[in-house]
Amino acid sequence: MSSTSRTNLSVNHRHVEISSAPMTRLSEVLREELGLTGTKVGCDAGDCGACTVLIDGDPVCACLTPVGRLEGRTIETVESLTETTEGRALQASFLRHGSTQCGFCTPGMLMASSALLTETPSPTPNQISDALSGVLCRCTGYRQIIAGVADARRLEPDDPSEPSVGKAVGARVPRVDGAAKMNGTDCFGDDDAPADALVVSVIRSPHHSAKFVIGDTDAYLSGLPGAIAVITAADVPGRNCFGVIPPMADQPVLAETQVRFVGEAVAAVVAEAGTFIDPSRFPISWDPVAAMMEPAESSAPEARLIHPDRPDNILIRGRVARGDIDSAQRDAVASVNGEFQTAFVEHAYIEPEAGWAEVDGDLVVIHATTQAPYMDRSDTALILGIDPERVVIRPTSCGGGFGGKLDVSIQPILAVAATLVDRPVRITYSRPESMASTTKRHPASISARLSVGGDDRLSLDFEGTFNTGAYASWGPTVANRVPIHASGPYRYAAYRALTTAVHTNCVPSGAFRGFGVPQAAIAQECLLDELAQHLGVDPLELRLSHALRAGDPTVTGQVFESGVGYVECLEALRQPRLDALQRAADFNRHGGTRRAGVGLAGAWYGCGNTSMSNPSTIKVGLTADGRTLLHQGAVDIGQGSNTVMAQICADAMGLPLADVELVDADTDHTPDAGKTSASRQTYVTGNATNEAALALRASMAALAGVDSNAHMAIEGPIVTMTSGPDRVRLDLGKLPTDEEGYVAVGVGTYDPPTTPLDENGQGNPYAVFGFGAQVVELDVDTDTGVITLHSIDAAYDVGRAINPGLVEGQIIGGIAQGIGLALMEEYLPGRNNNLHDYLIPTIGDVPEIRVTLVESGDSLGPFGAKGVGEHSLLPTPPAVLNALRDAIGKPVRRVPATPERVLEVINE
Amino acid sequence: MTYLLPRTIESALETLADREPTIVAGATDYYPALGRREATGDIIDISRLDDLRGISRRHDHWRFGSLTTWTDVVRADLPEAFAGLQAAASEVGGKQIQNVASMAGNVCNASPAADGVPPLLTLDADIELRSATQTRVMPIGDFILGNRSTDRQPDELVTAILVPTPPDGVVGGFEKLGARVYLVISIVMAAALADIDPHGTIRSARIAVGACSPVAQRLTKLEHDLVGSSIHDPIVRSIGEDHLAVLSPIDDVRASAAYRTAVTPVLIAKALRACAEVES
Ligand SMILES: Cc1cc2nc3c(=O)[nH]c(=O)nc-3n(C[C@H](O)[C@H](O)[C@H](O)COP(=O)(O)OP(=O)(O)OC[C@H]3O[C@@H](n4cnc5c(N)ncnc54)[C@H](O)[C@@H]3O)c2cc1C
Ligand code: FES
Ligand code: FES
Repeated sequence: MSSTSRTNLSVNHRHVEISSAPMTRLSEVLREELGLTGTKVGCDAGDCGACTVLIDGDPVCACLTPVGRLEGRTIETVESLTETTEGRALQASFLRHGSTQCGFCTPGMLMASSALLTETPSPTPNQISDALSGVLCRCTGYRQIIAGVADARRLEPDDPSEPSVGKAVGARVPRVDGAAKMNGTDCFGDDDAPADALVVSVIRSPHHSAKFVIGDTDAYLSGLPGAIAVITAADVPGRNCFGVIPPMADQPVLAETQVRFVGEAVAAVVAEAGTFIDPSRFPISWDPVAAMMEPAESSAPEARLIHPDRPDNILIRGRVARGDIDSAQRDAVASVNGEFQTAFVEHAYIEPEAGWAEVDGDLVVIHATTQAPYMDRSDTALILGIDPERVVIRPTSCGGGFGGKLDVSIQPILAVAATLVDRPVRITYSRPESMASTTKRHPASISARLSVGGDDRLSLDFEGTFNTGAYASWGPTVANRVPIHASGPYRYAAYRALTTAVHTNCVPSGAFRGFGVPQAAIAQECLLDELAQHLGVDPLELRLSHALRAGDPTVTGQVFESGVGYVECLEALRQPRLDALQRAADFNRHGGTRRAGVGLAGAWYGCGNTSMSNPSTIKVGLTADGRTLLHQGAVDIGQGSNTVMAQICADAMGLPLADVELVDADTDHTPDAGKTSASRQTYVTGNATNEAALALRASMAALAGVDSNAHMAIEGPIVTMTSGPDRVRLDLGKLPTDEEGYVAVGVGTYDPPTTPLDENGQGNPYAVFGFGAQVVELDVDTDTGVITLHSIDAAYDVGRAINPGLVEGQIIGGIAQGIGLALMEEYLPGRNNNLHDYLIPTIGDVPEIRVTLVESGDSLGPFGAKGVGEHSLLPTPPAVLNALRDAIGKPVRRVPATPERVLEVINE
Repeated sequence: MTYLLPRTIESALETLADREPTIVAGATDYYPALGRREATGDIIDISRLDDLRGISRRHDHWRFGSLTTWTDVVRADLPEAFAGLQAAASEVGGKQIQNVASMAGNVCNASPAADGVPPLLTLDADIELRSATQTRVMPIGDFILGNRSTDRQPDELVTAILVPTPPDGVVGGFEKLGARVYLVISIVMAAALADIDPHGTIRSARIAVGACSPVAQRLTKLEHDLVGSSIHDPIVRSIGEDHLAVLSPIDDVRASAAYRTAVTPVLIAKALRACAEVES
């Protein structure tokens, strides 16, 4: 009974003696003292379950366990799974079923599953849900996790046989980077900082809007043992400003004299690990200024300017117009209109921002969890005032991004701190800090009118105001993307879509799966259903009769001669929808307070940047001993680009998939494959990979003197090129190597063909669009407003599924985020900065999802493939709202449709 | 900071008398409240006091040791009167929380949304407190004074929750309303303990509602008025404003006061219906 004694316990069947203080959380002891970084920390508050370990066989949150109490106890972590047959079978099953994407929740999922399976070897789906209910996953949508657990006791599963040569594309192969995600060795942002790294703590604004003065930091430092330095705006050596869209960059690394949102960084303290920094003791005085939280307020005539150079607090406007909208609306034979509202949505990736940095000679090297290493590099270089070549970004594994890790967060402050103190420095955002300071989905207020004319053609007049928060971030992209997409995949006689991004004193809104399009899709797809009802037409038939088909001009006047698979998606849902309608009718026949409904919605989405060059470059090298190394810079944030690029590379070169090795995607070894966003990687980087692989094969063919389509086989250092009767053997060991040790290199660059848009938004903004539709079946308790989802059917035109398992994972994961947006997620700046009050779907909130893939074969995509990352969530919110209207007979036009809001509409 | 891990109740009580340290049990409320701040002050970790854990039947009551976890409650073989308590237990956080979070921690943390409290109120539970010098027992309704406030004195340890043996035929039910399926703090929850005859007539009922007032409340007027009604009648309609007068719901991040008021009768009816379902 004393505080000094060490704690003896067993970790993964080995005895250890712990020296950390007894109230240290077990998660910290495992990670920092024992180096067992497989156990993840997503919240430090019991809410996410990523830290789940077994204590004497029972799953518990390591972040809520003081190590001092564990004397004599037995701890098992994810690192121990590989030691048992059952553990390995569980891991194998997770890989087979695609139960992991980013992998950050995986250790928690595996440990919770392993406890369940020990007690219940053949669990029912409900038992699985109950057992995993304490672990949140933001990527997978849980369904593939349930499948992985259900199948985990097949100790000798059929060998997931390697696809045969030339058949990698289209094969349901497990992720090539999956093993590390199963045994805890995958390295995320907080997993590999050097032991002697100093810790950076950021001091943040508690006010939405305020002026401030920093006091005596020397006195503060000398009174705080362990603290090494205080960093303020004055310490930023280069430009104290960053932003993803360079001409609009406006956010300071550290605010200078005023803050514009709660959570904005004003200073940082660098200290030895273990030093507690109490922000309330930091010397700073605040002078709060009345905050403007709503666009209506901040864009009012006399409103104070948040940025002096942006009149009316308007960041940007967007516009697409085609045809004569005013006369089309005037002459309409039927019209419906509505006002729609959406909320701030938090990305809630389970991995908070984390990383570390050091100065290495001339270079500043930053290890960080990110979606956009090259963009991080250019912004950080400007901030340091040095050449970009002197900044190296080493992307760690990324525990989920969804757009939220496209902007820099920790990178600039790490870089500034590392150069200032000349020691390695690290930072890991706490969950509240991550939520308060990083971007959100834009809240939108949309007013729209959808009409049909005497000629039976549609017209849509759409106006959306987006709360873009305190800084620009991706506000311009949202304002530009929305008017192009707000039409949905339909033909129009006339169309006008206007958007405005307005600054407020809220956290910056940025990129989040769909860049504003999900908000727009709610208005357009809900009105389409209302119009169908108004006209007495079936919603599916109405969509079919106006659906965009090959050869039809889009609202920007773009015409696709192929690759428009929307009609096929709708047709694929015809029978599932009839079945759902039948089930709902049966449900409602029983009476009672619960009413079932069925809703349909569709969507389209352009892959790649809007009317802008966004090239990707990929390099493939062949070593003297015959290894094929793929320099794959398309950051895999869980979506599977590592696997997809390897599959494309294998088939383009004609090699077995297992022979393609991935090289880490850091900015000094791997060319720029652009950012992982805008559903562009499969399409854009996939094309670059294909070209790089073909180039490598062509150069080997040239060496062999055979034609460039020759078949290539590699056996150790011997390459055999075969073309018809010609058969040439090359001994790689005899060829000269370049400075990287390659005997041959193939480089491929691809930039999607687009054209600029004119003042009416006319032109070719994207080279490729993907299409999809969903049917949602649910019921509503009309006494409480509580919604229960029954099932979702989804059909997607993905061109060609390079890896059907990964595509389904993207679709199901996107649907889960759509469910969150539709039913429960609402971030309130400064109020719900934790995963306790900010709710994302749990394993019980995602119903059965059935996916149909339509392969229309795109003419531009690699092997015909196009993106699906963002398309996946677009139809879910409107389909949920349409089902809700079907159930209660009235429209709900504000999301999230919480029980409270639904009940309000029912009782109106 | 001093960390103390007593192995006997007596030594724990001595320490409490000497130093008045902060008590941690499951620590599931303790750490989230701490956040990234430093653990300061003296801490007494009672988690290894094995004598405080477990459920036992005594001659006229049931004894739930204060460290009894929600998992212990879910797994225990208990009479139907405890069905509401067990239902509540299975909805406290996820399995990881239930495996360590204690009943007494839930009560002592005194959150208005503590799921364990309404069922314990309907069971007329008493709280047993011990200090180095005395043991006292008081009704749970008197013990919890307000939001985050109890009658525990700094030198006292809650050692048990005592439930008078419920009469035969009495059944418990619990209903929780939150904005998602798992891992959710209640917007409103209701517990019922009822004696319902085979025709569905309510012979007696106890009702408690949580998250609608600083401390969960028994609705005694409603309990009285429900006697003789049928479970098959639309109970919601027989619940009037006067029945809910002891409640004082507020607006917070989870819901508005108006919504809480609107759904409270529905949850009460569901909790009663849950009782009827257990019986059949
Ligand atoms: C992710 C998560 C989800 C949760 N979900 C729910 C939920 O759905 N419903 C719900 O009601 N609660 C929920 N909680 C809250 C919490 O788990 C419960 O209140 C739990 O029962 C607290 O018990 P504990 O042993 O962990 O308490 P501790 O954190 O150890 O202690 C809580 C308080 O009680 C005091 N205390 C504990 N034991 C004693 C004792 N024997 N004598 C005197 N004082 C004592 C402590 O000093 C402290 O003030 C959740 C918590 C988390 C982290
Ligand atoms: S880190 Fe422990 S539950 Fe989130
Ligand atoms: S795979 Fe579950 S959080 Fe990413």
